[in-house]
Amino acid sequence: MLAAARTLVCRDLRVALRRRSDVATALLFFVVVTSLFPLGIGAEPNQLRAIAPGVIWVAALLSSMLSLPRLFEADHADGTLEQMLLGAAPLGVTAAAKALAHWLVSGLPLALIAPLLALQYDLPAELYGVLVLSLLLGTPVLSLIGAIGAALTLGLRGGGVLLALLVLPLYAPVLIMGAGAVEMAAAGLGGHGQLLILGAMLIVAAAFAPWATAAALRIASE
Amino acid sequence: MRWFWYASPQTFFPLAGTIARWSGIAAAVLALVGLYIGFFVAPTDAQQGEAYRIIFIHVPAAWMSMFIYVVMAFWAGLGLALNTRLSGMMASALAPTGALFTFIALWTGALWGRPTWGTYWVWGDARLMSELILLFLYFGFMALHAAIEDPRRADRAAGLLALVGVVNVPIIYWSVKWWNTLHQGASVSLTAAPKMAATMLTGMLVMALAFWMYSIAAAMLRVRCIIRERGA
Repeated sequence: MLAAARTLVCRDLRVALRRRSDVATALLFFVVVTSLFPLGIGAEPNQLRAIAPGVIWVAALLSSMLSLPRLFEADHADGTLEQMLLGAAPLGVTAAAKALAHWLVSGLPLALIAPLLALQYDLPAELYGVLVLSLLLGTPVLSLIGAIGAALTLGLRGGGVLLALLVLPLYAPVLIMGAGAVEMAAAGLGGHGQLLILGAMLIVAAAFAPWATAAALRIASE
Repeated sequence: MRWFWYASPQTFFPLAGTIARWSGIAAAVLALVGLYIGFFVAPTDAQQGEAYRIIFIHVPAAWMSMFIYVVMAFWAGLGLALNTRLSGMMASALAPTGALFTFIALWTGALWGRPTWGTYWVWGDARLMSELILLFLYFGFMALHAAIEDPRRADRAAGLLALVGVVNVPIIYWSVKWWNTLHQGASVSLTAAPKMAATMLTGMLVMALAFWMYSIAAAMLRVRCIIRERGA
């Protein structure tokens, strides 16, 4: 079971490496969106410092969502998904492996590049740790919840826009806690509480979301 | 009791018509009584003047918006578990009514907020934000249902989304509430309002019952249309 999951994660990573531009596009989108905010809001450093956690988190949310349609699309098109449905490994484990691969490709790079953007926004250096940690805990939740949406909209016309409508409201708690952790730390209160709640959300999402994804995949491939 | 007798759309169709008729009449009568209490019997509020009277629409609409989502999720869950056709139809018949009440709650809230808080919209209020997200969840449910051609698949997919949503609604409400306390102190608060007069409470409860009956009537009429549409 775990071997199947490992194989699937390795395969997805290899596919992503072969199509590097896809990964790079999502990452570039993240950078471009965060760069646009100062243009719209103005270059006042104090204001930018205040909105930095929120901007970085919203951009991470959108960037992670942007790559969701690709999660099952190719496998659905070439019949691999049907083989996964028929395979011996439980579908929930398969769904969890797909979400993990999605996070490794789309969430982890965001967390790693975030300090650079925080530098641009002139965020104090001691907040980088909290920011990266909040992204490391929060983006997997986005991938797990997003996988449900991706499975529900599989093979539909205009699936991408629909996916945004389905998934973004469900992302709200992660956004609140993620940006909140950094803001609390900036206020000198430490963001531990928010980080712990993000961790709790991750555990709950990891336990339940793959099964919902599996059910959605079964519905999609009836 | 033969609970499953009415699980078939054909046998449910005439029953839905009867329920719709009687609950429609009950809704009209209750709404008349509730509005009379609200506009003529209930005293003017000492602090908010006449503007407070919008709560006779606002509060029952907000209650129904949340209650209908739970009922919708219940039917969706039943449909996924027992694979009954009617459950999915009930869920999709309830969604537009739920979205309507969510919208009414938001709209009347804005109209009430203008004279009372001095602004139509307050980003900091937890209830406002969670109602808005609830509206998005309703829209998501309806959009997903509309995007899938095969009605049975649409029922199942939208049903799963409703279940995921109903698990999330408390988390969303609670996190928004927490976010609210971080961003803004208790400059605006609904809970700190003085104790309500008994007639106000009566009017609100009667209106809530009226909205409840209306929801049943609307859902039953809509489920009849859906049954006909699918040719069952």
